[in-house]
Amino acid sequence: MTDATTTAQSLPLETPASLARQTGLKQRPPRTLWGDAWRRFRRHRMAMAGMTVLAFLVIATLIGPLVYTESPRRIDFSKSMLAPSSTNPFGTDDLGRDMLARLLLGGRVSLAVGVSAMIISISLGTLIGSTAGFLGGRVDTILMRLTDLFLALPVVPLLLLLIFLFRDTLRRLMGPEMGIFWLIVCVIGVLNWMTVARLVRGSFLSLKEKEFVEAATMVGVRRLRIMFRHILPNTLGPIIVAATLSVGAAIITESVLSFLGLGFPPDVPTWGRLLYDGQNFMEFAPWMVLFPGFFIFLTVLCINFMGDGLRDALDPRQRG
Amino acid sequence: MHRNAMRRTFARLGWLLAAVLVLAACGAPTAPAPAAPAQPAAPAEAEAEFVPTRGGGDLLRILYWQAPTILNTHLAVGTKDFDASRLILEPLAAIDADGNLVPLLVEEIPTLENGGVAEDLSSITWKLRRDIKWSDGTDFTAADVVFTYEYCINPATTCVNTATFQGIASIETPDDYTVKIIWENPNANYYKAFTSTNGRILQKAQFADCIGEAASTAEACQAANLAPIGTGPYKVVEFKPGDVVLYEINEFYRDPDKPFFKQVQFKGGGDAPSAARAVLQTGDTDWAWNLQVEASVLTQLAAQGGAGQLVIYNVANVERLLINFTNPDPALGDERAQLSQPHPFLTDHAVRKALALAIDRAAIAEQLYGPAGSPTCYLLWYPPFRSGIDEYFGDDCPQDIAEANRILDEAGWVRGADGVRAKDGVRLSVLFQTSTNTLRQKTQELIKQWWEEIGVETELKNVDAGVFFGSDAGNPDNIGHFFADIQMYTTGAAELNPISHLCQYTSDQASQRENEWRSPNNMRWQNPEFDALCEEALQTTDTNRIFEIAMALDGLIVSDYAMIPLVGRPRVAGASLQLRGYSPSGWDSEMWDVANWYKVD
Amino acid sequence: MGLFILRRLIISVPTLLGISLVIYMVLALAPGDPLAQFAADPSVPVEVRENIRQALGLNDPWYIRYFKWLSALLRGDWGFSFASRVPVLDLIGQRLPQTLQVLGLAYLLSICLAIPIGVLSALRPYSLFDNIATTFAFIGFSLPTFFTGLVLILIFSVNLRWLPFIYDSTLTVNSWETFIRQIRQMIMPITVLALFQTGTLTRFVRASMLDNLPADYVRTARSKGLNERAVVLRHVLRNSLIPVVTLIALGVPTIFTGAIVTEQIFRINGIGELLIRSIQNSDTPVIMAITFIFAVLVVIANLLADVIYGLLDPRIRYS
Repeated sequence: MTDATTTAQSLPLETPASLARQTGLKQRPPRTLWGDAWRRFRRHRMAMAGMTVLAFLVIATLIGPLVYTESPRRIDFSKSMLAPSSTNPFGTDDLGRDMLARLLLGGRVSLAVGVSAMIISISLGTLIGSTAGFLGGRVDTILMRLTDLFLALPVVPLLLLLIFLFRDTLRRLMGPEMGIFWLIVCVIGVLNWMTVARLVRGSFLSLKEKEFVEAATMVGVRRLRIMFRHILPNTLGPIIVAATLSVGAAIITESVLSFLGLGFPPDVPTWGRLLYDGQNFMEFAPWMVLFPGFFIFLTVLCINFMGDGLRDALDPRQRG
Repeated sequence: MHRNAMRRTFARLGWLLAAVLVLAACGAPTAPAPAAPAQPAAPAEAEAEFVPTRGGGDLLRILYWQAPTILNTHLAVGTKDFDASRLILEPLAAIDADGNLVPLLVEEIPTLENGGVAEDLSSITWKLRRDIKWSDGTDFTAADVVFTYEYCINPATTCVNTATFQGIASIETPDDYTVKIIWENPNANYYKAFTSTNGRILQKAQFADCIGEAASTAEACQAANLAPIGTGPYKVVEFKPGDVVLYEINEFYRDPDKPFFKQVQFKGGGDAPSAARAVLQTGDTDWAWNLQVEASVLTQLAAQGGAGQLVIYNVANVERLLINFTNPDPALGDERAQLSQPHPFLTDHAVRKALALAIDRAAIAEQLYGPAGSPTCYLLWYPPFRSGIDEYFGDDCPQDIAEANRILDEAGWVRGADGVRAKDGVRLSVLFQTSTNTLRQKTQELIKQWWEEIGVETELKNVDAGVFFGSDAGNPDNIGHFFADIQMYTTGAAELNPISHLCQYTSDQASQRENEWRSPNNMRWQNPEFDALCEEALQTTDTNRIFEIAMALDGLIVSDYAMIPLVGRPRVAGASLQLRGYSPSGWDSEMWDVANWYKVD
Repeated sequence: MGLFILRRLIISVPTLLGISLVIYMVLALAPGDPLAQFAADPSVPVEVRENIRQALGLNDPWYIRYFKWLSALLRGDWGFSFASRVPVLDLIGQRLPQTLQVLGLAYLLSICLAIPIGVLSALRPYSLFDNIATTFAFIGFSLPTFFTGLVLILIFSVNLRWLPFIYDSTLTVNSWETFIRQIRQMIMPITVLALFQTGTLTRFVRASMLDNLPADYVRTARSKGLNERAVVLRHVLRNSLIPVVTLIALGVPTIFTGAIVTEQIFRINGIGELLIRSIQNSDTPVIMAITFIFAVLVVIANLLADVIYGLLDPRIRYS
């Protein structure tokens, strides 16, 4: 137990400062929570693998289209549904477009949407859930009834209404691509925070009665600090799972949105859309669905392993 | 057939009888399909001995990917309701694939020759058959026909078929089996009431208390809407709205040898591709409706299926591009898309012509629609107006990118650094919208590629079908507002006489803010010559002249590039290889002859 | 606790009113048309459609329509469906059995599978069992149900011809043979749903267990000499259940609104299918009824979750 960041749980009465005094390790270079976390994270093999693969995906979609110059939009019926080969490594679709080029182009959008929407929904959910759970009382009642409202809202008509209200405005303000991107990200984020909020609140209700919180309160730790430094790290497990889930869900939801006319224009080949469009070709041209499906799967998997690593790294009880 | 000969026949027999040229269900010479569809069932010689008898078969399974929700067609919300109801409710006369009237509940079809239609076209008299019974055993009489009219004409009933009764001054019943319809004005379209899919007769006894609001609110009427008593070959056993209808034989049906099946199951829901699988591949159903599936998937399924075949038959539908003649720029505020704001570049004939020339209709039809579409240069691509691909497509509108570029160059539209043409600061940049539908999105992408080759920047937009085709005034994304530069959808005349359909596009019918964007001319196209022809067509009763006018109207639309017809869309159904006796008609419900259907082993 | 429940029940009345108001507003302001299918059909001209909209009251301002709806509801009248012209409750009632049968069963199955799998995975993280479970879980929730459903259909209906993929809701189970037919037609939809839900739940159980396993009380329990089984089941699992209970509670109302995609793929006449079709056709009374009942279930489920929190962890207090 030499960590400067030990939480109150394992040694309830010791604040980091007193601990440092006791052990007399002042001369050691200061170790921060995040520095330690990163050190532990690096030791998590699966997490590093996940991060490497995801980084590779991100880089591939960012610079891939510059290196791989096959057009993702050029329609050529003479090349319809060609199996993977050296000229078309991932085959072609029914309109003779190169699948690899389309996946690279679409991946940019899908990854951006997936991750941004996840960040929005997880932050919103965590904020609302932890506030409600920690403060309790009237705040809890109001926030949870708001959660009920959002859970009960029928999604499709709401989306139709949002398009109707905001699409033209955003298009004018930010141009067609960015406007739609932010609209989609916000819509998916704002419609998906409720589960996280309920999860976090549930954990908070239970954790805030635990001894280490009482202890922290007793030694005069500020409430905000207790909330985010002491309780929150203990709820990370479910939050991280929810985050992982929501990336995949956001990538798929994006494709559903485009069918309502809310998504990207039909000529933007996002992964969800490629998967949806290719489904009927599964028997005749399986590569049209296998590759987009595989990439969504891979992304979700990578993010999950990173999440696992992050949880282990931030877990105050796991020392290394 | 020669066009002149066709026109003579046409004039002599009147609108419906004349059209003897529509492709029959078998063969379909006028629906050239790149991948030849399987030949629909023509009972082979060897099977000719098989005589279907009443109740000789067990279960007929019909699959629609939209589920029926109501069986009273006058309150229907979609084709699936009309079709599911056709096993029960019938009109006086049906219209077969060739456009001929087929008497169902009447002795014969009234014509000018047999005196059923008055010389001055002021009335038509139907003679009802005396041996028709409702499925509850009571007699079918003229009172039922008159009742149907009274039921539907009341606005509070919310009948969807009121258009077919417009222009009726009164209906007289000299006796129980004679119905005389008297028109307000001489009517050349005299078969419009009580025929085909919109003209079903309700039983007066069942619906007598259901006129007006009660039609939807009274408990007895709600029950009646789900289980109407009819004269058709089957009657309802069980109906789960939005899911399935189960029928059994109507033992009072007029033909003692029909129908063949003891039971019919009319299942709804799902999507078109899996319906295609069910009928072509696995044989889980005997008939599948409207197989709107991408050509490459459909032809593969049909080729390797082994359980069923495609059935293709003509309707008047044409997938077309519509050009906005007014400026949809949102910066105009209330003046947006008003007639006072002409479109900055689509009002230029050269631009419209170039846009049309850049499109390869044959590629769209072959690669995307396959058996379900054939390229056309005209709206009236079907007999008796044109027949055979040589007549409606031929060499009249081939793709010619070079020519399109030349026309734009000549008109002064110069390519900028970004490859987009511009003139006097106006860039050729179009917003192209359509409903959400895989085929349409692929068509959009193809057209975008071609237009960019001629220096026209294209932004694509797709809108959920329920919103796109909705008519609520506050909905800026529907076809009536048309707040885009170009839009694409399918429509076509519902009857053989296309005048009322074409004349929706007269100048005074422009959809504007004042009429809440509800008038049908959503292109806001203004053409005095077209208006004058429509005026004349509404006055004349000379069928020969009406034919000429229809052709001229079509010619005007096409030559002025107000609409760009792309693909004529015959309807594609799927049938089990064992199913026989069907002959679907594009002018009536797909189920119009279900009494004749049977199955062999 | 009793007082807490009573208070929550009283609060839920204004909550539900608020929710219904918001839902109605969203529905009324969102574009759509019950007769949109006739838009391109020239035999039903615009004037006719307009007249029908008028007669159905669709052209009234939304707040007037809301108060009409609400006052009718207070009299017990849920209105009639525009598409079927029958009372909305009849339509829902007709679909409830299918929904409960297929979705309820799938949900139960996934809970029964997820908890043991999650616990075992957590006890031996990164073991062979855990890796297999993880892979399946990820396939389950990273692939959308339309995809897994189609894969199953292609394998079991098209290629092997073992199972039907058109759900026959007219089938009445009255003999062994019809019972087998019913089971056969339920296998694929239940598998698709259970794969997805089990995948999700397993991950949460595993994560929550992993959070609790290193906790002090576990060490205490072990040092007391309790056997491992008792430690895991009585202490760790119980404390790990709070997020799981939350998820299960949130999931119960969704059984009612159904699994829209799965129902469409297999043509099951569930409530989800009714809801999405009604939304497509702007059939407001049906949408309102389903979403309102759903809202009631959400409120009840969340109340139940709070009550269960108290049972699982007696220290949780509600002020």
